[in-house]
Formats: sequence, structure tokens, C-alpha cells
Amino acid sequence: MPLLSRARIWLDERFDWAGLIGPLKKKTVPDHKLSYWYFLGGITLFFFLIQVFTGILLLLYYRPGATEAFESVQYIMTRVQFGWLIRSIHSWAANLMILTAFLHMFSVVFLRAYRKPRELTWLSGMFLLFLAMGFGFSGYLLPWNTLAFFATKVGTEITGQVPVIGHSLMVFLRGGEDVTGATLTRFFGFHVAVLPALTTLLILIHLVLVQYFGMSVPPGVEARWKTSPGEARDMKFFPNFFLRELMAWYIALGVLGALAAILPWELGTKADPFAPAPAGIRPEWYFMFMFQTLKEIPAKVWRLDGEVVGILLFGFAGLLWTLLPFFDQVGCGRGRRFIMGAAIFAVSYMFAMTIYGYMAAK
Amino acid sequence: MDTWLPNNALRGALFFFVALVLRVSIAQGQTPNTCLDCHGALDPPLQVTEQRFANDIHSQKGLTCASCHGGDPTRADMDAMSKAAGFRGKVTRKDVPGLCGGCHSDAAFMRKYNPSLRTDQLSQYKTSVHGALFAKGDMKVAVCIDCHGVHDLRPARDTQSKVNPLNVAQTCARCHSDAEYMKTYGIPTDQFAKYGTSVHHEAMTARDDLSAPTCTTCHGNHGATPPGVGTVQNVCSTCHVFQADMYEKSSHKGAFQAAGLPGCVVCHGNHGITQPTDAKLGTSPEGVCMQCHSPGDVCDQARAKMLGGLTQLDQAIKGANQVLSRAESSGMEVSEARLGQDQARDSLTKARVTIHSFQTKLVEQDIQTGLATAAKNLQAGKDALRERNYRRVGLGVSVLAILIVLLGLRLYIRQIESNSK
Repeated sequence: MPLLSRARIWLDERFDWAGLIGPLKKKTVPDHKLSYWYFLGGITLFFFLIQVFTGILLLLYYRPGATEAFESVQYIMTRVQFGWLIRSIHSWAANLMILTAFLHMFSVVFLRAYRKPRELTWLSGMFLLFLAMGFGFSGYLLPWNTLAFFATKVGTEITGQVPVIGHSLMVFLRGGEDVTGATLTRFFGFHVAVLPALTTLLILIHLVLVQYFGMSVPPGVEARWKTSPGEARDMKFFPNFFLRELMAWYIALGVLGALAAILPWELGTKADPFAPAPAGIRPEWYFMFMFQTLKEIPAKVWRLDGEVVGILLFGFAGLLWTLLPFFDQVGCGRGRRFIMGAAIFAVSYMFAMTIYGYMAAK
Repeated sequence: MDTWLPNNALRGALFFFVALVLRVSIAQGQTPNTCLDCHGALDPPLQVTEQRFANDIHSQKGLTCASCHGGDPTRADMDAMSKAAGFRGKVTRKDVPGLCGGCHSDAAFMRKYNPSLRTDQLSQYKTSVHGALFAKGDMKVAVCIDCHGVHDLRPARDTQSKVNPLNVAQTCARCHSDAEYMKTYGIPTDQFAKYGTSVHHEAMTARDDLSAPTCTTCHGNHGATPPGVGTVQNVCSTCHVFQADMYEKSSHKGAFQAAGLPGCVVCHGNHGITQPTDAKLGTSPEGVCMQCHSPGDVCDQARAKMLGGLTQLDQAIKGANQVLSRAESSGMEVSEARLGQDQARDSLTKARVTIHSFQTKLVEQDIQTGLATAAKNLQAGKDALRERNYRRVGLGVSVLAILIVLLGLRLYIRQIESNSK
């Protein structure tokens, strides 16, 4: 008897393996021309898993601390066998994960997959996106290079502008009044312990919710299927959808490998806290639209500090966006139209401000 | 009894307030200076405005017009300028050094105002060419006020001061670039124009390096005098220590002295010193060696050897730079080799300094050190490029493997879906 079959029987005798995977075999996924958007969530998860794996490998050599961090990353890049590949894949996967997470979020909005009963799935996804951005912000500083140092300084300064709790929050993030080695060890702690724990928990919740409610069918397709039930199609989750997802993961792996090999993630120069800030300080690309907006707001708006106004606006917009499913059913389709309009505006605004931010930084 | 003051306490408070106002008024007034009341309104050259005099360091330290001109500045009438009031009137040019020196040579007096200020300006001045001619009765030469100004005399650290390092050259040039004014002295008047083309001027103005040499750095200020033929290298060596040390031990020192040639100036010039290049060792018009040496002689051979070494090292550094830049633009990490390039450049700089020893053996040592470092860096760059190619091949193989798996998966999906139908 083959080894695999023997293992299955062994598990079946002890855990009712066939009973456990039975629902998975019966599970189906709607099959329509927009099904490909479903892969984005899985690809985001794939990039997260890659980061967990490469992050553990980097931990073998990385040393948090203002005097050692840069040198340890330099050592990884130049001396450790395939260290350059692991670090580049870690950094590229982080950026691609944010990208696919944003694409996933907007696809959910435009396909209206957030609607009842999936409000909690949307909320868990939004919190996952915030955590992913937290990963990016904390990880950016870890190589302790000039660009990251000053970008973190600016980023935490902006946090300090939040009314009432801003200064305390900034001191908590920095581990003091300034960005120092204490900030680095603190960010390292967030990056490798706090954020992974929270993210793993939320991913599990998100996946359970996705499994419980099943994949959403876009309203247009759903209406068509209702009027002509014969047109309704689905495919088995396992192996049909699973194998397609696997193909998407392989393509993602190819893109990731190509980026890491052709454009290895650069290291820059070691941060010098006493040096003046160099020109062209900028955050990671996914913070650029906010960064550029804050730069464009006048120093004073009415009697308020311009930066505070910007932070309050972004905070309010973020809150509304997070609560978006709850506006869907408001006022006979008005809420739905408002959400579509807001989504189109958000995509255009983020895209335009990001491009403008990079052009202005040149 | 009725009184317009309600009680003794209030009367006491009023008395205290009046006393305080009087005390403040007296403190602020210090020594009244009524001179400016009239002289502020007069036309030049008698005009001295309050605003102008307020910029003067002497005014800021509490001195008044009377400190130099005598008289009684507390009186508001013409008697303030009477002989009885000690008025000395306009200070003649002849009396200026003595008047300034009266205070500035008095260490005990000056300590009250600025303990770190030197008090040897007058004695230095007397040793200067200016002072020597002045002593002979030449009233055209510079006295204190010509360089420092008068009535709005600012400390040298003030960027508006005429003797601030940024302004010294212009201050000297006011006389020394005036051909008509300098006609009787028979010295060139192109120093300022030449200095404007020099590397020293560029350092001072373009790079804001206030330590860069200006006129007074080489000639002195109060004791200004042209450095003699035998002492030029002492002037240059205050900054160019290593070059001077090498030159001191070289065969050129004795030869130049014997020929009456002014050391460093022979090859580098004086006011118009430009950034020296390796071409100075060459045979082009820019070269300096062949102005004295003959083609083919032992010195010419040494010159050619040293120039060859410098050129070789320069080329080696540039070659390594090119390879490292290519590796860097491919995203390879070569920062260690970049640091190594700094070491190679240091060796080249050291070799250029060692040229002043005019010993090929010493220069060769620096060049060989630099060449070894540049070769190591070049190898690091080549290794990085080889690693880049290896990565690309690895990527190609991986992409091919991924494509094969994708194709296999697609075919498998098609097969299971056609079977299920």
C-alpha cells in the first residue's frame, strides 16, 4: 500500500480525517467572468507566508540596535549565502503584499462583496490592511539607513500632531522624544512579535468568515442567475479552485523572484542621527498620498494647524471607509452610489497624489 | 488734614517708583553723547549719525566721540568743543596709529573690554612696510582707519567688517589694485585680480571656507610685509604641512636657495595659485619641471617615472570606479569596495604630496599601495558583476521551472474538468 494511503488511514482511524475534509471536498466557489478577482486575497496571504518564512531566516543574522542593525543587514546582503535573495524577497514581498491587499480591498468594494452578511469579513480585512501598513512602517526602519531614519522621524512627528494623544503616542512609538536606537528596538519588537501575533489571529478570523459565508457573487451576476437559474455555475473548491489559486501563487512567486534578482532591494547609507536630513526624504510608496497631502495643506487652516487638519481629515476618512458596509443600505441606493463615488475618488486621489509625490520629490 | 495722597504707604510707593525711574534713566543714559545731535545732521564728511556710530564696537563698549576727539559730550552747546573742555578736534592721519595704539597697546586697559584681544598691533605695524614708510613721513600708506574704517568700526568677526576674512582682499585691493595710487611704489597692482582666479579665493567664496587664505594669511595684517625669497615655504607650510616637510628635506630646497628662487612660488605661483594637476609634472606648457631641467637628464627621467606612476594609479582608480558603478547600477551591494576606493584615492593624494620630496622611491611606495587597493576594488566589482550574471541565470532557470509547473497545472485542471463532465 502506498505511504500516502497508509498515512490517510492512520489519520482516519484517529481523527475521522475523511469527516474533517469532507466539507472541503463538497465546498464550491461561484464561477463567473469576474472570479479572477477572488485570487487577490489568496495572493496577499501567499506574500504574507513568504514574509514569515524569509523573516525567520533574516532573524538568524539581523541584530537590532543603532550600532549593529545596518552592519548586520550589510552582512546579510554581502556575506551570507543567498542572504541578498532572502532580504530582497522579504522587502519585495512586503511591498507586493500591500499592493495586492489594496487591490483586494478595492475589488471587494467595486464588486460590492462587503454587503450583508459579510460586514465583519470587511472589518477584519480592513484591520489586516492597517496591520500590514504597520508592518511596512516598522520594517522600513530596521535596516537603520539614512532614508528610513529620516522618514521614520517625519512619520512619527506626524503621529505627534494627533490631537490630545499625539505627543504621548509619538513618545511611545519612539521610546523617547527622538528617533534613536530605542526606537529601533521598539519597532523591531512590534515587527517580529506584536504585529505577527495580531495578524495571524486576524487572518484566521478573516479566513473562517470567508469560509463561513462563502464567496460573494457580484450583484449583477447574482441578479442574472436569479432570473435564469440555468446560467448559474460553480466549481469545486478542491481541487479546481485550489489548483487555480496555486497557479496564481506560482505566477506571484515568479514575479517576486524576478524583482528580487533584477532589482535587489538597496541598502543605502547608514543613518547618522546628527547629520542634517538629506533632500528627497519620502515614506514608503503606500504612505506617499498621505505624506504629499500633508505637505500641500497650508500651515494654517482657519485657526487650526494645517497638519492637524490633514490628520483629522485622514482619520475621519479612514473611519468612514472602515465602516463602509454599514452605509450600503442607506437611503434607497443613495448609500451605494455614495460608496461607488467615494471608491472612484479614493482610487483616483491616491494614484494621482502618489505620482505627484514622487515627481515633487525629484 | 486733607491730603491729595491717601496715606503714607501710597506716598512711599510713589517715592520708590520715582527713584526707580530715575535710576533706570541714569543707567540707560550712562555717558551722554551730545556730539551726535549736531553731527548726525551735518553733511559728510562731518556727518556721523547715531545709527552709524551704534554699529561701532567702541560705541557698543561704552566709548564716546570724546574718547578719541576729546571735548565734553555732556554739554549741549559749542563749548563742548572748546579747548577748555579738552577738545582735540579732527585726528590727523599722522596721529592715528598713536591714538589707536594708546588704548590698544595697553594690555591692562584692553583686558577690561576684551581679554583675548592682542595688544601688539602698533608694534607689529611699526615692523610692516606700511609702518616703515609711515615712519619716514609717507602719509599715503595704510593706517589703522584705512583697513578698519572709522565711526562704524566693526569687530573682525562681523561679516560686514572690512577686515572680516571675506572682505580682507577687497579692503587691501582698494589701494593695491589702484595703479595710479600705487605708481610711486613700483609694485604690481594685479594681485587682487590674480587672487580672484586662485584656488584659495574659490575655497573662500564658493565653498565658504573662512580658513582659506586671504591677503593677511600670508602677508600678516598689522605687520604686513611681502614674504622674502627664503621664507615663502614657511608661509605656505602653515597650512601645507606635509608638502613643506617633504620639500624641506628635498634637493630642491638647497638648489632654489642657491639660485635665489622663492621655494613653492617657483612651481605654484603666488597670488594666482590654481588647483595643481599632474600635468605640472608633464612636458606641456602647464608643466614646470622642464623650465629648469633638460630633456633626458636624470631629473627628467625621475619626473617621467613619477608622472607615469600617478597616471597609472589615477587610471586604475577610474577603471575600478567604472566597474563598481556598473555593479551598483545592477543593484549589487559594493559599499565595502567603495570604501576601498577612498583608500586608493588617499594613496593617490599621498603620492601627490610625496612628489614634493622629489624622490621616486618614496612616490613609488605610495603608488604601489594605491595600485594594490585599486586592484582589490576592481576585483570586487568584477566579482559583483559575475554574481549578478549568476543570479540572472538562476532567475532564468527558476522562471522556466515555474512556467513548466504552471503548464502542468493547467493541463491537469483541464484533464480533471473534462473527466468530471
